[in-house]
Amino acid sequence: MGKPVAMTGNIAVANAMRQINPDVCAAYPITPSTEVMQQFASFVADGKVDTELVTVESEHSAMSACIGAAAAGGRVMTATSANGLALMWEMLYIASGNRLPIVMMVVNRALSAPINIHGDHSDGMGARDSGWIQFYSENAQEAYDNLIQAVVIGQNRDVRLPVMVGMDGFIISHSIENLELLSDQQVKDFIGEYIPLYPLLNIKQPVTFGPLDLQDYYSEHKRQQAEAMKLAKPVILKVAQDFAAVSGRKYGFFETYRLEDAEIAILTLGSSAGTARFVVDEARERGVKVGLIKLRLFRPFPMEELQAALGQVKALAVMDRCDSFGAAGGPVFSEVRSALYDLSPRPAVINYIYGLGGRDLGIAHIEQVIRDLQEIRQTGKVKELITYLTVRE
Amino acid sequence: MSTSKLKGWKEIPIGGMILEAGNSARYETGGWRTFRPVMDRESCKNCLFCWIYCPDSAIAVENEKIKGIDLRYCKGCGVCAHECPANAIQMVEEAKL
Amino acid sequence: MATLKELSQREELLAGGHRLCAGCGASIVVRQILLAAGKNVVVSSATGCLEVATTIYPYTSWRVPFIHSAFENSAATACGVEAMYQSLKRKGKLPVDEEIRFIAFGGDGGTYDIGLQSLSGGLERGHDFLYVCYDNGAYMNTGIQRSSSTPLGADTTTSPAGKVIPGKQQYRKDLTDVVEAHHIPYLAQASPHNWKDLTRKVEKALSIRGPKFLNVIAPCHRGWRSGVDQAIELARLAVETCFWPLYEVENGKVTINYKPKTKKPVTEWMKLQGRFKHLFNPENEHILQRLQEGIDAKWENLLRREEGSGQ
Repeated sequence: MGKPVAMTGNIAVANAMRQINPDVCAAYPITPSTEVMQQFASFVADGKVDTELVTVESEHSAMSACIGAAAAGGRVMTATSANGLALMWEMLYIASGNRLPIVMMVVNRALSAPINIHGDHSDGMGARDSGWIQFYSENAQEAYDNLIQAVVIGQNRDVRLPVMVGMDGFIISHSIENLELLSDQQVKDFIGEYIPLYPLLNIKQPVTFGPLDLQDYYSEHKRQQAEAMKLAKPVILKVAQDFAAVSGRKYGFFETYRLEDAEIAILTLGSSAGTARFVVDEARERGVKVGLIKLRLFRPFPMEELQAALGQVKALAVMDRCDSFGAAGGPVFSEVRSALYDLSPRPAVINYIYGLGGRDLGIAHIEQVIRDLQEIRQTGKVKELITYLTVRE
Repeated sequence: MSTSKLKGWKEIPIGGMILEAGNSARYETGGWRTFRPVMDRESCKNCLFCWIYCPDSAIAVENEKIKGIDLRYCKGCGVCAHECPANAIQMVEEAKL
Repeated sequence: MATLKELSQREELLAGGHRLCAGCGASIVVRQILLAAGKNVVVSSATGCLEVATTIYPYTSWRVPFIHSAFENSAATACGVEAMYQSLKRKGKLPVDEEIRFIAFGGDGGTYDIGLQSLSGGLERGHDFLYVCYDNGAYMNTGIQRSSSTPLGADTTTSPAGKVIPGKQQYRKDLTDVVEAHHIPYLAQASPHNWKDLTRKVEKALSIRGPKFLNVIAPCHRGWRSGVDQAIELARLAVETCFWPLYEVENGKVTINYKPKTKKPVTEWMKLQGRFKHLFNPENEHILQRLQEGIDAKWENLLRREEGSGQ
């Protein structure tokens, strides 16, 4: 067990990167993830890592260089936020399509316009179909832990997919909290040696990456990607188990809180889970049978596991820190609701879009959600399917 | 294209990687040709210009000597004939051969 | 410097069976470059004719490691590969006696335009790689749209010679000059008709550590609307008319590698190309004149720069 230290989310993440000691790191600064790369650059400058740091001229080139480096045959990491992730969009699909296990810290932030630098999930959710494994973290400890596990998950022979780990911009990235770091040796042992698959730098066996793939084979390559996502699920659980053995901290696809006998529940991801947990406790004291489910893994989406966990719930509120304009609710909502469609009886599922551009989600907001759920529980009727919470009328 | 020969998703390397370097040599582009370069060995001075200027790696050279035209790949562009300083290559319509 | 006989003894690293057009200038350029470079290279390519036609799954024409990722990032991708090489080399994870060189290819679209930022970044950061632009003066892969390398007056599908506007209205960008402003150790312009000069430049570039750049003219008969057998002739004429001077800049020193005894008028090069046909109508004579003036001014400037930098 490591000794507790106080640091911001960004510094915790930079320390995970120091301990992982990737072979190449290519990045471009953007608020609020800038500090990760700044701190990491200091580690490079002080000789604490022997990473080749490529200070590219844009996020597009950051991901392009990561792709080149990963194909060359080594461990590759980067970090970004918001518009930076959006600028990478084209390359995200190429990283996953080429099956390169790049690991990226995404310090989640709202997308422009209007420009806003604060925490929400519109960046990560915009990349949800890009073929990357996606984690969301509640606090700095989870961001640190998730990033280390991401390395092992991505490089697994059955998986070979890039992984992004999210944490809420400013709320987590810039807040100081107590957390435990593993020792450098523990991390080194945990991630093991990286074994590249058909590296470009093996000039004795020349391979071609990124060919033109037409109607006769493109579908087969996409089918392989789908399979890799499927195979990632047991790998994620196994890595979590191994991680618990080292750290004592347990992870799954999601975390449930007072859900066993709950009649109503709230599903959320990221930093808002802390507030929600507090409000659930308060409501429980008043005798309200409410539980919480905090989603850690968004891709691959744990559909069956959510069905099993939420079967007894009568009404569920899904919290989205991101809108999906014109869609059937926020991105988490539409997937959770779809996952629960096969249940009989089926819980009522409602959606709250909240906290956009870093707007605080307060205790009163979650209390309102619980009141709404109680009303549905009592009347069996959904008045508002999708509610914009934390917005002035 | 017959689909029966195509491999399933479990049989091919992941990520679209091609593991056999230079395997396009099995894809013969000679069928594109409407004119065929015909070389007059007598006039050939073995300057190798046809070889260095061929877009399709279709001039066979052995021990620094022109061996002939590799019709598996020659698309019949005629750059070799155009550049031959000895006028040793004529482009002849395939149909007339 | 290798002779043709020596080059002919080397392994052909671009296999036949690629699907570039018959008579394609780009494949001549790439073949010559690979012959000069040898086997210990990793190649990256921008999306474009070269990439799509040489790697149609499940076939590849590349006998060296090859990566294509996207259109605008051949340089950044190559820089990533090179960074990994430096890292693994330093950590002792690669054979010590094995030196690898890195070549990034891009057409004028992927280099002058959409990929300019990534190229500039790679040059500025000092990666040890050679960037080769095969310049055919338009976006040929997508169907002959104008690029910033398209010459003044040329008829392309997005700068058509119409009833009112006679083709492209702007001079071409001088990318070689833009690259020169990065003060890299070596850059040059070359042409496949002069294989000796081109292969020497590749060998020289690869012997120098740091970023290097080659701009190579690559005639495209589809886009230029010329004869299918004219790639080399047109490359030669581009040089003879000084439309495409052969020169190199090594650590700031300008050397012109070929000076025509009599500089031919640019119309000698243009008249073989359908994309300039409309310019030979009397009402467009002023465009021909402007083109010639532009070429003359650049050539004179180059001569002065050579003289200046020799002192």
